[in-house]
Amino acid sequence: MGKTMAEKILARAAGVRSVSPGDLLDVIPDVAMSHENAGLVSKSFKEIGVSKLFDPDRIVIIFDHRVPAESEKTAEGHKTVREFVKKYKIKNFFDINTGICHQVLPEQGFCRPGEVIVGTDSHTTTHGAFGVFSTGIGATEMAAVWATGKLWMMVPETIKVVTEGKFSPGVFSKDLILHLIGLLRADGADYKAIEFFGDAIDEMSIASRMVVTNLSMEMGAKAAMIPPDQKTFDFVKTVSGKPFQAVLPDSDAKYCRTVDLDLNLLAPQIACPHAVDNVKTVKELAGTPIQQALLGSCTNGRVEDLEEGVKQLAGRKVHPEVRMLVIPASWKVYRQALDKGLIAAFIDAGAVVLNPGCGPCLGAHQGLLAPGERCISSTNRNFQGRMGSTQAEIYLASPATVAASAVAGKIALPEVRS
Amino acid sequence: MKFSGTVFKYGNDVNTDVIFPGRYLKVWEPTEMAKYAMEDIDKEFAKKVKRGDILVAGKYFGCGSSREQAATCLKAAGISVVIAEGFARIFYRNAINLGLAIMACPGITAIANAGDRLEVEPTTGEVKNLTSGKTAKAKVLPPFILDILNDGGLIPHLKKS
Repeated sequence: MGKTMAEKILARAAGVRSVSPGDLLDVIPDVAMSHENAGLVSKSFKEIGVSKLFDPDRIVIIFDHRVPAESEKTAEGHKTVREFVKKYKIKNFFDINTGICHQVLPEQGFCRPGEVIVGTDSHTTTHGAFGVFSTGIGATEMAAVWATGKLWMMVPETIKVVTEGKFSPGVFSKDLILHLIGLLRADGADYKAIEFFGDAIDEMSIASRMVVTNLSMEMGAKAAMIPPDQKTFDFVKTVSGKPFQAVLPDSDAKYCRTVDLDLNLLAPQIACPHAVDNVKTVKELAGTPIQQALLGSCTNGRVEDLEEGVKQLAGRKVHPEVRMLVIPASWKVYRQALDKGLIAAFIDAGAVVLNPGCGPCLGAHQGLLAPGERCISSTNRNFQGRMGSTQAEIYLASPATVAASAVAGKIALPEVRS
Repeated sequence: MKFSGTVFKYGNDVNTDVIFPGRYLKVWEPTEMAKYAMEDIDKEFAKKVKRGDILVAGKYFGCGSSREQAATCLKAAGISVVIAEGFARIFYRNAINLGLAIMACPGITAIANAGDRLEVEPTTGEVKNLTSGKTAKAKVLPPFILDILNDGGLIPHLKKS
């Protein structure tokens, strides 16, 4: 019987011939990533009492959640991790001047098709865009991975998502995945893997694919994968010198569910407060006043996202009653955006350009909301209180919808621009 | 291991942002974390909860972020066991790894109300509402997970082996 990507990749990482959904395995991850919570990980690691790391070269630490440190407590946390990194000779450490972990990890060549990544961040599903089985775990579990090199995993069932048709102008991968979350709901893929197929997926840029796998977490997915193709291999080969063995699903693989999506009819989507699966069309919400517009994050902070934003601004100013925040996902993205004139365009429009990092997405700093305020955001979560006040509202949409709304001062459909 | 305590009850899809808000993620001390537990969904929780109390919830409890502080703060607040219709997978793992007992129990929300006294036997899955006399059956945890819980979490479990 044929196997899914999850089954094939986990079997290899566990050193067994063949696995089926429900099997419990000891998996040896290829990459173990954490961010600021490496501080918590290192604390638990010390408690285990082993003298050395299983393999320091598999560990990647990237500061992104509070950069630069927004408080003395965070500064202490950063310092603890920097000292740990030095002591244990972890060479894959990226300080506050690199970017968001889910952007930096592929940029630095750690996302190789066919491998397993665990990360102490739920949106670690992002790396499935490169044909990786990539999933989120907690800090204590990561400490055990640092010490022993392995963790237990249950082999998940897989949902097959097949797209048909093409995106209309003004509709993007963000709209596709929000629509899917609305269909399957927040727990629709809990404990499950997802594989994505279809012409639109094949034609998508790497950046757009990462939006799909990033947001798959919001359906509870354990992992979300796009079968690797030439586009994947070209990207990976430019950033990683290490050989890899790509894994594709068998044509007769067994899926627990198949979902067909017709993109021809898809209109711009928006997730309304306070749940990512509370999805409506932008048209239904058009005219709702906003006070903040956030363009950035591990979901939509890449060059093509910033380009869509600038297209919508089209030389106009951000509405006087709106604060527009722009956060490139990484230093590399920041630099490219500078070269392309995108940063200048945002500044001229009156947007505030912040340094790469998670920014206000998780409510840590850099643009929190007051009670009664509304923010339209290209990020991935709109839970109550996520970005400041519990009385504030967060709406999630594509970069084009966010920028169009920033100009209009209210939720607005993106204008069709080339 | 048998749990007995007063019920704090919540609905479906309770996410980690309301269990432990992101603005407190820089806090590392469990006793301090406990002060902020459930703050964005129930401001009274941290004040009222007593050691041994039981948290009952609907489906998909703990969805959202991978922050294990969501489990840490509940344990530090005194919660002995979380019983829900179902859990999000990362929270489920985190709770076990931190030594917070966690049980999926279809039908629990129908037999338990806030303020009821509940008795839970993790090895058999028996759940008894001492206030109303109603019972339910939770899914029994696999032995290797019970071992981790009995040792107090993954770190003490690893130290032992």
